[in-house]
Amino acid sequence: MEKTREKMARMLDEGFVSGILGLRLSHGHPVPYLFTDSVSLKDWVVDETNRYPITKILIQIWKKHPNKVIGVVVRGCEGRSLIELFKNHQLHPEKVKGIGIVCNQELAKRCRCDRPYPSEVEEGELAKPVEDFSDLTEIESLPEEERFKYWIGKFGECIKCYGCRNVCPACFCTTCTLEDPSLIKPGGMPPEIPIFHLHKAFHMADRCIDCGLCEEACPMGIPVRKLYRKVRKSVKDLFHYTPGEDKDLKGPLEFLGDGSYELPGVGR
Amino acid sequence: MLGNAMLSYETVLTTCTYCGCGCGLLLEVLDGEVVGTLPQKDHPINQGKLCIKGWSAHEFIHNQGRLKKPLLRKDGLHEETSWEEAFDRVASHLLKIKEERGPDSIAGLTSAKCSNEENYLFQKWMRAVVGTNNVDHCARL
Repeated sequence: MEKTREKMARMLDEGFVSGILGLRLSHGHPVPYLFTDSVSLKDWVVDETNRYPITKILIQIWKKHPNKVIGVVVRGCEGRSLIELFKNHQLHPEKVKGIGIVCNQELAKRCRCDRPYPSEVEEGELAKPVEDFSDLTEIESLPEEERFKYWIGKFGECIKCYGCRNVCPACFCTTCTLEDPSLIKPGGMPPEIPIFHLHKAFHMADRCIDCGLCEEACPMGIPVRKLYRKVRKSVKDLFHYTPGEDKDLKGPLEFLGDGSYELPGVGR
Repeated sequence: MLGNAMLSYETVLTTCTYCGCGCGLLLEVLDGEVVGTLPQKDHPINQGKLCIKGWSAHEFIHNQGRLKKPLLRKDGLHEETSWEEAFDRVASHLLKIKEERGPDSIAGLTSAKCSNEENYLFQKWMRAVVGTNNVDHCARL
């Protein structure tokens, strides 16, 4: 990844960006870090298996520094996430510079990723897109009663850590429904199962970029990604729309009517 | 570089302090302030997952209600005091209880918010210095 590292160093040295968000090796572990000078880039790593919600971290940084231009190292899923965040005004395209990296074929296969690379990459071989919907066809083949039983059983295991929401790059509402005191009383019981799961699935139906971070974060192994992939497929079938694909095409559910329903955000 | 004096984001590897599981987490530090928690993806215990307490592990750090100095009750009211005075008071009272009622009238409850080493030291201190086996830990509930 030396070519990419050199490009990043140039971007920092020439003042093109104030910092670059990526992974750095800390005590032998790849962890998110904002590189603000080219010298520190010696610790920059590309890690295939340890994915962090890097675009969500970027929102947090950028909210505090809206005038800075910040670079971010993105793989395919994170590139799709950037597109959605620009469209939904959570980041501004002129203030964010994506630096594309590729995922290898093995990871693409494991992730069932249909686009394992962002729109622009510096170097490396592009992995072939993986069109594998066997997880969906398997569940779709069950009778409705059994499907219902399957999902209620899985949702019933939820320990309500809300980690799936915390890592989700499509969960960026200014006030999360879960933290809206008029809907859920503070200090009271969390919503009954499966209200949260289905609510989230609907809420981000045309934003989910199928990164799978939610499922990786679930301590109970609930196959939430399977549910979101089904919703994503439904949105594609019904509206011919795939989130994270086209930066100019607006989502069918987010932008109703005259656009006055659009979410507030710092990137507006 | 000077222009970036106020722009910094890093994550610090640490261990969750809420129970004895020992989940690995990352504290997110933005411009010197701890603003969030992320589960450590390659930690052998939690493997990139956390419970709701772990996800909130950063919240007490900058909390206004957090005690930063020892308090001593004077005339029924808590007042800030020096560590010297607080230690003197605790030591003299413990010594008095031990002398009057014996070491087994003292018990120690330690905390998951301390490190393994601190917990080890604490039980050692209870057994070797105070002279009792009455020692327990909140994570053993």
